[in-house]
Amino acid sequence: MTSLAERPRAVGELADELPISRPAVSQHLRVLKDAGLVTDRAVGTRRVYRLSPEGLGALRDQLDTFWQRALHGYQDIAEQPTEEKS
Amino acid sequence: MTQAAAVVVRREIVVQATVERAFTVFTTRFGDFKPPEHNLLGAPVVETVLEPRVGGAIIDRAADGSECRWARVLVHEPPHRVVFSWDISPQWQVETDPERASEVEVRFVAEGPDRTRVTVEHRNLDRHGEGWPAVSDGVADDAGWPLYLARFAALLTAGD
Repeated sequence: MTSLAERPRAVGELADELPISRPAVSQHLRVLKDAGLVTDRAVGTRRVYRLSPEGLGALRDQLDTFWQRALHGYQDIAEQPTEEKS
Repeated sequence: MTQAAAVVVRREIVVQATVERAFTVFTTRFGDFKPPEHNLLGAPVVETVLEPRVGGAIIDRAADGSECRWARVLVHEPPHRVVFSWDISPQWQVETDPERASEVEVRFVAEGPDRTRVTVEHRNLDRHGEGWPAVSDGVADDAGWPLYLARFAALLTAGD
């Protein structure tokens, strides 16, 4: 993340700088990409990764959806006729 | 949109139930209404338990006996308020560092004898990011997340 904060970089560049292998870098980037924290684009034959400024917004959107769905499910249960345990 | 709005999620709903029932359903049946797609365990969750006390946990238990403690109860004031930590990373894995956890406050306000407004505030979402630069194997540098946040703030300002 720190390296990407300086400027966008390709996988090979990141692997050269970091004490981990290129496959490990790719795997790490995939997780970050799935989380919406980095984005990638093809530049010639390389794939360049950059930090996504929308990452925090993506986390927020994900949780917003989570709570919206949870509250609707909650409403269904809360409004059921009270069961025997009331 | 403001930056504060970006690190907080607020949702509310009005239910036809007494405030006591609203609180009880929320705190004892969380596992029954939580969206199931984000399962932190490798097996189906058979129950979710919210231990009804400060210092308690919220625990998912799977059919194979494994369990996942993904929240700490911070406030437990029936029937009006419960606050718990959200020890789940943006990658939907358990976050073991409490400094990198957000928190959820749920309030229950009676609007009538059989009508309750339930508000959820999920706040401090930015805390989930504070440790990320340190994750990259000891590269100590404050250019990562703060810079990222600054860019994010700039984006929001530009969008106003």
